[in-house]
Amino acid sequence: MGFKYLKDAVTLKLDTDKCIGCGMCEIVCPHSVFLIKNNIAVLTDRDKCMECGACSMNCPVSAITVRKGVGCAYAVLMGMFKEDGCGGGPSCGGSGCC
Amino acid sequence: MDILGAWKTRWGIGRMTYTINPGLYSVGCPDQYSPVLVTSNYKLTVDKVRKNLSGRNLWVLVLDTKGINVWCAAGKGTFGTEELIARIDQEGLKEKVVHRELILPQLGATGVSAHEIKKRSGFKVEYGPVRAENIPYFLDNGKRLNPSMREVSFPLFDRLVLTPVEIVIAMDLMLRVFGVMAILSALGILPVERADYLGLIGAVITGTFLSPLLLPWIPGRAFSFKGMLTGLIWAVSYILFLYSKGYTGSLQLFSYLLILPSLSAFFSMNFTGSSTYTSLSGVEKEIKTALPIILAALVAGILTRIISLF
Repeated sequence: MGFKYLKDAVTLKLDTDKCIGCGMCEIVCPHSVFLIKNNIAVLTDRDKCMECGACSMNCPVSAITVRKGVGCAYAVLMGMFKEDGCGGGPSCGGSGCC
Repeated sequence: MDILGAWKTRWGIGRMTYTINPGLYSVGCPDQYSPVLVTSNYKLTVDKVRKNLSGRNLWVLVLDTKGINVWCAAGKGTFGTEELIARIDQEGLKEKVVHRELILPQLGATGVSAHEIKKRSGFKVEYGPVRAENIPYFLDNGKRLNPSMREVSFPLFDRLVLTPVEIVIAMDLMLRVFGVMAILSALGILPVERADYLGLIGAVITGTFLSPLLLPWIPGRAFSFKGMLTGLIWAVSYILFLYSKGYTGSLQLFSYLLILPSLSAFFSMNFTGSSTYTSLSGVEKEIKTALPIILAALVAGILTRIISLF
């Protein structure tokens, strides 16, 4: 049973020139987006990425970039209506979601 | 297990104060060679970890995540590099154990940088399984896991336990709407019928309960689209039911066809926040497309319903 969200929406980028094949991305990704092939990371299915940011956070050579965020419509909507001064960007908390 | 507490939390009762104190805890009788597991201070999480460690001797380092679970806290950064390093120092972990290794839940990786921890504290981070029930497997198999234990799934039961909070949040909003409707009705401005309330409650249930439950089987990828479909099924069934009961006002029935699916679509879209696979970029894209359609259909539906009353 495959859960897949929208096509071509995510910001995930992998710079294979920088990759040293340590395999951390493969370990931390909760959706198996990375695979180590011939000592280098490759993307299996980019659309499965949920932009949690675990890969870029744990890549020791900064070969991965992704705009990290929470895929929560409630938070995005609250962010749209409350252009607050708390640093912006959608976030959870309060008595809302997650 | 604190079953009543868990149940209350799922319904949003005291959900934000369901915490335990951060610090270093022992399970069984750990010594200086025992493994150290790191987790959040959300009580549901700690209970689950403890339950899966019974009969073992090890340390559990509980971070201060303000009572939020590991994944959400890692997303916010409270289950993070800084907190972990501070907690290692504060608890004097270097004196408690002779090894230099920490086992973190894989979902904590969103907030923790393993190489940063190693550089600044000397501790090597090993990412364990996503789910607490696989910790015994991880510990007993040389810290190796099956690929499936590294993946986040979203099975029926997980979706089910997340729906009560959705229902509570949606009903909180809808009760206000019902209040306004009741006042308008009492003042004689709009003679709202019982059929209106029932239709709306049905749309809330399809959006917050039925859509999440049937998620993988409903066609489409966007949550709002899935919610529109379930809402459409509800609207058509409800209209046929009302028709069989003698409702013949076609404008009224048509207004339900516009209002109920848009409401269901909206509440289904909010379930993206509970799901385990939606991205921020995807959600932004979905909102940009779906919200104008939802609002347009809702406004058109409400206007049609008002016209039908006169």
